[in-house]
Amino acid sequence: MPDGSMSQFVKIEGLKRYFDVSAPWLVRTLEGRPRQIVQAVDGIDIEIAKGETFSLVGESGCGKSTVARLVVGLYPPTAGSIEFDGNDMAGPRSRADMAALRRRMQMIFQDPYASLNPRWRVFDIVAEPIRAFGLAKDKADLENQVGERLRQVRLTPADGAKYPHEFSGGQRQRISIARALASHPEFLVCDEPTSALDVSVQAQILNLMVDLQRRLQLTYLFISHNLAVVYHISTRVGVMYLGRLVEVAPTDTLFKRPKHPYTRMLLDTIPDLDMTGRQRAPVAGEVPSPINPPTGCSFHPRCPFANERCKVERPKALPIEGGTVACHAIEEGRLGVEERTYAGSAA
Amino acid sequence: MATQSALGGWLHRFTDSDVWWSFKSSPMTVTAAAATFFIVAVAFLSPVLAPHTPFDPATLSLSDGLKPPVLVSPDGDWTFPLGTDDQGRDVLSSIMYGTRLSLVVGFASVVVAMVLGIALGLVSGYIGGVTDAVIMRIADVQLTFPAILVALLIDGVVRGIISVQRHDEIAIFVIVGAIGLSFWVQYARTVRGSVLVEKNKEYVQAARVIGLSPALIMVRHVLPNVTGPVLVIATINLGLAIITEATLSFLGVGLPSTEPSLGTLIRLGNEVLQSGDWWITVFPGATLAALVLAVNLLGDWLRDALNPKLR
Amino acid sequence: MASPSNNPPLLEVKNLRVEFPTRRGTLLAVDDVSFDIAPGEVLGVVGESGAGKSLTGNAIIGLLEPPGRIAGGEVKLEGRRIDNLPYEEMRKIRGHRIGAIFQDPLTSLNPLYSIGRQLVETIQTHLPLSGSQARKRALDLLKEVGIPGAENRIDHYPHQFSGGMRQRVVIALALCADPRLIVADEPTTALDVSIQAQIIALLKKLCREHQTAVMLVTHDMGVIAETADRVAVMYAGRIAEIGPVRDVVKQAKHPYTKGLMGSIPSLGVRHDRLTQIDGAMPRLTEIPPGCAFNPRCTFRGQRCLVERPNLMAAGASRAACWLHDRGGVGAPVAKELVDA
Repeated sequence: MPDGSMSQFVKIEGLKRYFDVSAPWLVRTLEGRPRQIVQAVDGIDIEIAKGETFSLVGESGCGKSTVARLVVGLYPPTAGSIEFDGNDMAGPRSRADMAALRRRMQMIFQDPYASLNPRWRVFDIVAEPIRAFGLAKDKADLENQVGERLRQVRLTPADGAKYPHEFSGGQRQRISIARALASHPEFLVCDEPTSALDVSVQAQILNLMVDLQRRLQLTYLFISHNLAVVYHISTRVGVMYLGRLVEVAPTDTLFKRPKHPYTRMLLDTIPDLDMTGRQRAPVAGEVPSPINPPTGCSFHPRCPFANERCKVERPKALPIEGGTVACHAIEEGRLGVEERTYAGSAA
Repeated sequence: MATQSALGGWLHRFTDSDVWWSFKSSPMTVTAAAATFFIVAVAFLSPVLAPHTPFDPATLSLSDGLKPPVLVSPDGDWTFPLGTDDQGRDVLSSIMYGTRLSLVVGFASVVVAMVLGIALGLVSGYIGGVTDAVIMRIADVQLTFPAILVALLIDGVVRGIISVQRHDEIAIFVIVGAIGLSFWVQYARTVRGSVLVEKNKEYVQAARVIGLSPALIMVRHVLPNVTGPVLVIATINLGLAIITEATLSFLGVGLPSTEPSLGTLIRLGNEVLQSGDWWITVFPGATLAALVLAVNLLGDWLRDALNPKLR
Repeated sequence: MASPSNNPPLLEVKNLRVEFPTRRGTLLAVDDVSFDIAPGEVLGVVGESGAGKSLTGNAIIGLLEPPGRIAGGEVKLEGRRIDNLPYEEMRKIRGHRIGAIFQDPLTSLNPLYSIGRQLVETIQTHLPLSGSQARKRALDLLKEVGIPGAENRIDHYPHQFSGGMRQRVVIALALCADPRLIVADEPTTALDVSIQAQIIALLKKLCREHQTAVMLVTHDMGVIAETADRVAVMYAGRIAEIGPVRDVVKQAKHPYTKGLMGSIPSLGVRHDRLTQIDGAMPRLTEIPPGCAFNPRCTFRGQRCLVERPNLMAAGASRAACWLHDRGGVGAPVAKELVDA
């Protein structure tokens, strides 16, 4: 469990990423339209300790996948910093230093059909990071390493000779994991790794990821929209809404004693096996557009506890029960925290 | 041994593939392929197969001039089954040699257009921004002129700067360049479109996470995945390129009469058409039509076979 | 909740087979599937991708994509056979007696017409109403599916609605002619969880109020658990188990269903590992003889390798598994490690 005294493995501070989605300059000028900026990620702070699984959850468009891509360097941040094991990722440094850092963090993607080059054999796909970082002494060593990675994800070295289309979705996701492991990374960013898979296959992949984490001391940043999956796999969870973190808490605390009204709403709305015949209270309203997010607390238009302050003042993240929550109602004590029970839990 | 089994494996994968299957189950395509193969084979074997060497002045005799084809006239001579022109050249042999030249020019200009178009399309799509805007605006401007006009322009410029003698020697390169330059746009646009789709796919992002350079990603990852549409355009363009060359030659700005392509033959025949000697122009014309039709049918089939949405 | 057993079935599906002729031979995508749905009942059909659940739905509404075709069995709606009707007649039934809701609301709506126009057209196709009557009905429908400010929004175009609102419009379209049966294929899959809950609640309410039968096809067991009265679990083109939703979820009778339920992470209990079924569902070209699930089954016996089980009584449900037959599964066989 992380605490202030421990040095953080991954430290994200004030991270922002805006996307310009305006019409082209000429059209904009002629039609007098303003610039349009999507605030995909609007100032988030996350600290991840070595060996833990930190999950980001939220509905589509909340910016969780953008965070994943910012962390591995697919996008440059608009503002804020990302520190990895004490190294500022944006700091000036040589290509070799950058490659040394890149080797230590890899990414697993959502779509097992798009994440593998259809024209490449599995062997070459898994060998790519090994070749790129020059991690193999010779051809035999390379073959050894690729075979070892394939075995690690419960495939066989012989599968290397095949093409991706010869595999099922779950097997492809294993190949994707093997590729991510090929450079012996310490930190894996997993962007919805199971959401395109069937449930029985999802269980295989989640179990595999848990096994690998224990065996290889991996640290995960896990992105998902599925609360049940997040509950199962995470050490700590951050809930995102419209580009901001509304609540961060250790997993059990978050699910047993959720604080932010949005977290509560999410927990109320997920369909669960134990809910047979139970009537869910559906929440009204939908996620607003991130182009013109509401002022103040961006959740206020849907929040039953919102007051005037919530409409104008953006709430700060307050430390509470080992995590943080950004909510005026909690801060002012207007909203109490209750224990949630779930059918089937051994409460 | 190893290469043999690899080849065997490849062959088996090919004969087992959906593309081969869709080929086999379309009689029209099989016919078109057979016709193309026949024409190409005969054209390239013309030094062996042709009964005469029509453009060697030593073998010509004016007394053989303007003989009609054997099948339509008792005046015909079996030495010249499709008749002769006013110089006494065998029409059949001229067609065989001319087809070879037309095919060479067609292939070569398609290759020029393809290489240029792929390179510009890759750069345009992957780099984007100003580079993309400049390349694509040039492409747009060029698209507003018909390809034949662009080729004429390029040919005219070259003619203007070099002597006539010299021009006849390098005519084939000029025409290949002219046609190639007038056809690159389609490749560039298609490749750019595919690159825009492919570069956001997760396998390209995975390569970027590893830190590969954009050039390496383009060549290793993106290029192999855009070959399908390029191949389709190339096949359809082959027919177009052959026609364009024939048009240019017919207009007299293509290949010189000393090295006649099908287009040149049609032009030469056209000059004596008024006197009723139709065979000199009709037979090369029919060959051209058959060749282009067969190649286009192949292109159409390839487009459908490689398009998963139509399957 | 309706008491399905007392009502005569509204939809009867008997021994339905759907085939796909391909160059490698004919694939049997739906194999001998039988079930029925009573008025006011929600039947959930679950299964993993490729199990044949969507094809079953499409076969019933007569929208199988060629070269797929119904190769056997029959489908009866209110006692009348509908699987062998000519296209035109089936088109009239679809929309009038059967409403269809698909995963992506955008594909069901024409982007060029306002939703009001689309509703009015659909209503007038199936009901003898005047223009103003039809518009009034369209407005009522929009109100019923919970579109706020329906009077203004009726003249809006599909792109002016959010995903959840679009799906509501599609539901209104499906309800135009007050159909007896609604076939909903993954109606909530494209939506966020909070919106999912709204759509599910809406479907349930409409089903209860109109006594409409609903066939709900989805891969999401959570949605089924909450919505359905009975559930059919499909595997490799066949029904593996069918029964009341509570029994199937809590006391699964088929080893596949059991594994499937165990593999779903739940908010109730946090296990160290999820139950996992090794391997993957076989492709249609590679369905093993005997029980299709046998290579992945921990209980399999000699009989499972050779003899294909049909649905048989197992508690309150019916399951296609020899475990529930007096003859049993036969001598035990070690489980192969598929996909390991």
